[in-house]
Formats: sequence, structure tokens, C-alpha cells
Amino acid sequence: MTATMIKEFRLPDLGEGLTESEIVSWKVGVGDTVSLNQIIAEVETAKAVVELPSPFAGVITALHEQPGTVVEVGKPIVSFEVKDDAGNQTAAAAPAEAALPKREPNLVGYGAVVESTGRPVRRQRRLVEPARPAEPVETKPAPLVEPVETKPPADTAPAERPRSTPPVRKLAKDLGVDLESVTGTGPSGLITRDDVRNFVGGGDLPAAAHELAAQDLQPAPAQGEREVRTPIKGVRKFTAAAMVSSAFTAPHVTEFLTVDVTPSMELLARLKESKAFAGHKLTPLTLAAKAVLIALRRNPGLNARWDEANQEIVQFNYVNLGIAAATPRGLTVPNIKDADRLALVDLSTALAGLTDTARAGKTSPADLSGGTISITNIGVFGIDAGTPILNPGEAAILAMGAVRKTPWEYQDQVALRQVMTLSLSFDHRLVDGEQGSRFLADVGALLADPGMAFAMA
Amino acid sequence: MVTDDAAQGGTAAGQDNNAGHQGGAGHNMVQLITPAGERVSHPEYDPWVKDVSDEQLCSLYEDLVVIRRIDKEATALQRQGELGLWPPLLGQEASQVGSVRSLRDDDFIFPSYRENGVAYCRGVDLADILRVWRGAASGGWDPYTVNMAIPQIVIGAQTLHATGYAMGIQNDGADSAAIVYFGDGATSEGDVNEAMVFAASFQVPLVFFCQNNHWAISEPVRLQSHTQLVDRGAGFGIPSMRVDGNDVLAVMAATRVALDRARRGGGPTFIEAVTYRMGPHTTADDPTRYRDPNELEDWAAKDPIGRVHALLDRKGLFTEEFEAGVRTKADTVARELRAGCVGMPDPEPLDVFKHVYSTPNSWLDRQQDHYSRYLASFGDPEGATQEEGAR
Repeated sequence: MTATMIKEFRLPDLGEGLTESEIVSWKVGVGDTVSLNQIIAEVETAKAVVELPSPFAGVITALHEQPGTVVEVGKPIVSFEVKDDAGNQTAAAAPAEAALPKREPNLVGYGAVVESTGRPVRRQRRLVEPARPAEPVETKPAPLVEPVETKPPADTAPAERPRSTPPVRKLAKDLGVDLESVTGTGPSGLITRDDVRNFVGGGDLPAAAHELAAQDLQPAPAQGEREVRTPIKGVRKFTAAAMVSSAFTAPHVTEFLTVDVTPSMELLARLKESKAFAGHKLTPLTLAAKAVLIALRRNPGLNARWDEANQEIVQFNYVNLGIAAATPRGLTVPNIKDADRLALVDLSTALAGLTDTARAGKTSPADLSGGTISITNIGVFGIDAGTPILNPGEAAILAMGAVRKTPWEYQDQVALRQVMTLSLSFDHRLVDGEQGSRFLADVGALLADPGMAFAMA
Repeated sequence: MVTDDAAQGGTAAGQDNNAGHQGGAGHNMVQLITPAGERVSHPEYDPWVKDVSDEQLCSLYEDLVVIRRIDKEATALQRQGELGLWPPLLGQEASQVGSVRSLRDDDFIFPSYRENGVAYCRGVDLADILRVWRGAASGGWDPYTVNMAIPQIVIGAQTLHATGYAMGIQNDGADSAAIVYFGDGATSEGDVNEAMVFAASFQVPLVFFCQNNHWAISEPVRLQSHTQLVDRGAGFGIPSMRVDGNDVLAVMAATRVALDRARRGGGPTFIEAVTYRMGPHTTADDPTRYRDPNELEDWAAKDPIGRVHALLDRKGLFTEEFEAGVRTKADTVARELRAGCVGMPDPEPLDVFKHVYSTPNSWLDRQQDHYSRYLASFGDPEGATQEEGAR
């Protein structure tokens, strides 16, 4: 008896309560013979990069997901042709198949939320095309399934799960019916057994189901690179979530101040020549950072956090100064711990170190958390002003514009001066216009006349 | 006497053996086999392992290899979706084998969740070891069949259970003992400290076996204790020993000393087995985020299996035949473990009522009755149609 059979391996929950993982790389290819527990892939979860040992001994017949793809737990990722012997039979993927798709991880402390709107749609697809061949195809499924997966959640996201009872849900599941598509006739729209039966019995397909079916039949618009779709993941995903949460929880106010920073530029030039700063990287950012730190001493209200959960305003007696850095992986905001205690020369070293580390993609999680206020230097891109969005959990962010030679009033004459615009966004829940304005005015005054540091210190 | 790990240098010279653990000023670490596999003599502890024959040494080696294999296979099973979680014991084999193999059948073991090697050596069925980690049961075995409690997940809580059990032994007037396993992190828990107070006060026959694997998840031991862990015992008036936890013979000697004291009415003993968790805390952890890889390299050189291998080699006992035998044994165990795991039936919904009370309970019976009728409504759709449809 040397019959062979195809076994699928579905992505398991590799941590405790994870819903997805990214395929980092495949260690095997189609046609390779693998042994039990041989490492076949490297997978990155939200917690760790782990190696996947093969659950079967056999020949790889298909890799269903490309490296770089984020895969939902329970989806097949690789298929094997295995000898139909006892050893492999007991190792059948049956338990995994039965258990994984219905698992909804919600362990305390991990907060993984499953979009329950995503799954019924997938079941719907199986219902529409029941005659799918058992052998998985080698290539990645054509992108025509994409609209099916992405569109309905957007439509149905705010809606509740259809109302029914557990036995009815079970019946629907057994019959392959997606309850989203069933109209309930019971009290308050409750879906009954009859509703499910009628639905299966060739009743009218609801409009949504027609739409889905139609989409499945449409050819993929594959040719021509008119648009490129990049999966939302990694830093981009986190940035997006952070920005949305910040923009829609903290009422932002942005103020602008344009200042003549010529004296600061002259100071910078002098410092660069001095021995103390030999070998140190001094930039307008260094001075702006110092100005922010000095101004914060007089305006501590901007170095604070709104703690919604505890209904408290947290005033920090230290400054962890965040610096927005564009890195190959996207935007990160590492911060300098206890920046308020650093002398200018140490601050310049810390700034250089921070940005170098960020650009090399080696910033540690500790450096990314615990910031209390941030600076974003948009001037390096030649931009004058903007309305920056707060780093979540912080009360203020300062955007530095480009330093430009501009005709400007100087000693009652028009002169060509080096001018910069400062844009300050703050969280109006805890910072009033007065405090924000005074802080911004102080930063401006320090950059317009660094000697003010003596007055303010 | 300097007891601070940080106060190294000077005092740590002398005999503080080549296990290479820094500091070690307060207690010299007991070591009988060096990392290079050399049997070193120790006048105080040698007598306790004098009886260990070549044959027994070989069988200790086999257990070390087999539990490492169990650990590896279970880790793979977790990655394959067959287990929900697994806490690897890689690196701690000698601590587990050396201690459990010193026990009598009538002694009782209270493990933490990482003592799966102890469970194997105690004779727990392979599938039973995995039952909890697969989520198929809330307890893997009947503790009284092997005199070993099921794994305790709550950090350190088992030390209290063990102390209570040991008080029971005392009341029975028996000469058996209890041993409780816990880690370095647990020594910071209130439970462990309370247990040590009670154990000392009542002079119960209990061995506190602390595997100092240096990491409480991501927290290094030096952050939790400014003295060596072994020095904590003195504060409770409990005699304490610090042993090389990667040396199976040293662990065995120390455990035998402690058990002997317990049986003779001498009260509890605290053993710090200095070892290292070579893997992650559990399969859901990534130690590369907090651990210096150099540390791993240092400890790899002190491997508990490597040194017994080398010792057997020196004695001319490590023959090809022996090696093949051990390998076959490990392969067989791994195969059985896997088969037992993937073939394990899911628990029935009503199983949840099984081990709540040891005697009948009307309130629970009523719940069970309701639940079984609810479950029945899934099985008989025709009969339930009207009821459901009417709602």
C-alpha cells in the first residue's frame, strides 16, 4: 500500500492568541522531499520570529503564500504529498482543520481582536464554488479574490453580528450558509432555522451574495501596472493606527511662529569651531531641541499626558524628547531619555546616535516608548510649515521648518535674514491656547536670541 | 562573609570551580563533573553518590538525552499547531534528572510548569504530559498514581501546597518527603516566602528545589536578588546548598543530602541549582529581544549532556552500541509522544463537570442537566425546529 495523499498544513497560532503571522522565508521549494520536523519556513509573529518544523515527511507540492505575506491563522500555507501510511495518517491535519478556523483567540492580556466580519465572507466563497479541486494549485491565487476579502468588511464593519441562536448558527455552519446573507424573520430580525433552510432551498440570493458571485466570475484585471497594491503591515500599519488614534482622540490645535534665527545660525557656526564641539554633529535641530527643553522648564504643562483611563493629567518631571525619523521601514519616533539633563554637547551626541540607529533600523523598543514630547524636522525636506499630528500619549509636537534667507525686518530696515517657521501642535484637552502660545513664543525667542537662555534658565 | 554576587573579585578565587559562574563568594558551588567531563572529588558530597555505578551513570545519560528529545519534539508540535503552548526545558536537564532520580516512590513531587523532564522520569505517561498543553484537559494525570502533582502555572503557589503536604507526612509519622520545584523568579513571590516560613517553623520534611535558570521571562536574576538565591535560605533558618545545576551527579548528591535530612526529622532544605534556560520562556516568547547572545554561548559550553558524554568517554563507556541504543530510545519516545498527541481526542463538553467536586452536588447536577439539554438541541434539529421557529 504505497498510495499517496495530499496534506495541507494550516498556519497555527504560534503564540498565545495570535491571529496572523508573516511568512519571512521558505526554506524549501516545490518538489523538495522533507523529513518530519525539518525546518521549512521562517515566520514572524507579533511576538517573535520562529522556525516552522515540517509536520509531515513527504514531498512539497505547493507553497500557498509568498514570503512577505501576512497570513491569517488557519489558512493553508503549504501542501505535501505524503505516503498514505499509518504514521502520517495519525498525524492527519484533521484536528487542526477542525479547530483552527473557529478558534477566536481572546486571551486576557493579548487583546487580539478577530474581525468577525472577515470570516463569513470566506465561507461564502466556498459556497459559491463548491467544485474547487482538492489539490491546491501551485501559484498564489489570482488577485481576483482580493475584492471579496476586503470590500465587505468596509461595508459591514459597523453592523452587529446577525442575530440568531447558537443551534441556528451551528445549522448554518453545517449547511455552509453565511448568516450575514440571511434575512431574519423572527422577532427583532432574529434568524430562525426556517430562514436558514429557506435560504439554502434556492430562495432568493440577497443582493450582496449576487454581487459576490459576480465578482468571482469576473476576470482579474491583471495586465498593466496601473496601480500597485502594497499590503498594510509592519511599521506602516502601526503608524496608521497611531495616527488615527491620535488624530481622533486628541483635539489638535496648531500654531505658527516665524522667527529670524540668524543669531542662532551664527552661534551654531561659532560652536562648530570651538574645541568642545570638535567631532560633534551640530545642526539647527540641536539648537531647536535645546530651545524646546529650556522653554519646557517655564511651560511644563506641555510636557504632560492625558490619561483617559484614570481621568488624570500626568505631568512629567523629566523630558524624553522624541525625534521623528524617516527610516527605510517607515516613520519612527525614538526618544532621548531624560534629555532635559543633557548638556548641549551630550544632546548633540544623543541626537546623532538616535537618528543613525533609527536609519539603520536598529532602534530598540525601549527607545520607541515613553516619549513625552516630540520634534519633527520637516525643514530638511525644504518645507516651511505643517500641522503635525501628536505622537500618541504626548501633549505637544513641534515641526521645524526650513531655514531660508528671506527679506525681513531687521533694526528697522529690510535685510536678508535667515528665517524659520515653527509649527506647534498641542492637545487642547490639557493645553490651553495661552500655555501653547507662551511655549511657542519662548522657543521662538530662544532661537531668535540664544542669549535669552540666560534669562530663562 | 561576602554574599553579594556583585562583590566579585578577591574572595571568589580558590575553589570556586571552573563552572565559571561569576561571584559565588557566599557558597561554593558544589560540582562533581566539570564542563569538560572530568570527575572532581568533593570530600563532603562524594559519599552521597558513591553507589552510582557505571551502569546507573549510563542510564542517567539516557534520561538526559530522552528528555531533551521530548522537549524538542513538543516544541515542534507547538509550531505545528498541535499544542497551544510549551515551556522548553532545554539546558535544565541535569537539574531535573538528578533531583527526581534521587526520590523514592513514596515521596511526593510538586512541580512548576517546566518540570516535564521530571514527569517523564517519574513515569507519567507521555500523552498525559502533553494533555494540558494541548488544551485537552485541565490536568494531565491523577497525581496519586505517580505521587506527582500536575503542573502549577501560578508562580510559586505550589510551594505552599508542598509545605502543607509535608506537614501531613509529619502528622502521619511517615519517613517520606516532599520536593517542590520552582524557579529564580518565584523566590520573589510572597507564596514562596510564606511557605519557607511555615516549613521552617514546623520543620517539615520538604526540599525546596530552586532551579535558578537566570531568567524570569525577561527579568534577569540579578535584578531580583542582590544576594545569591541560596543565601535567602539562611534568613528563614533553612539549611541551604548551591549546586551546579548542569551537573547531574552534584544535583543528585545535594538532593540526597536534603532528603536524608528530611527523613530523619531534620526539617526543610533549600537547594539552588545553578543552571540556564537555553530556550525561550515559552514558545510564545522571543528571548533575542532581551538576552545577550554571548551569555548563551557561555552556557552552551557548560552543557549538562556534553559533560556526561565526555565523562563516559573517559571511562570507555561511551561505545557506539551505547550511543545507538540511546538514540533509538529517544526516537521511540519522540514517536510515541507525537502519536499520543495528535491522536488525543478532544474533551467532551460535559467533561467540564467531571472534577469540580469529589462528591455529588445538587447545584452542579442541575447545571449539568441544563447544559446537556442545551447541547442536545444541536443534535436533533427536526425536533428543535418548532421550538426555535416559534421564537
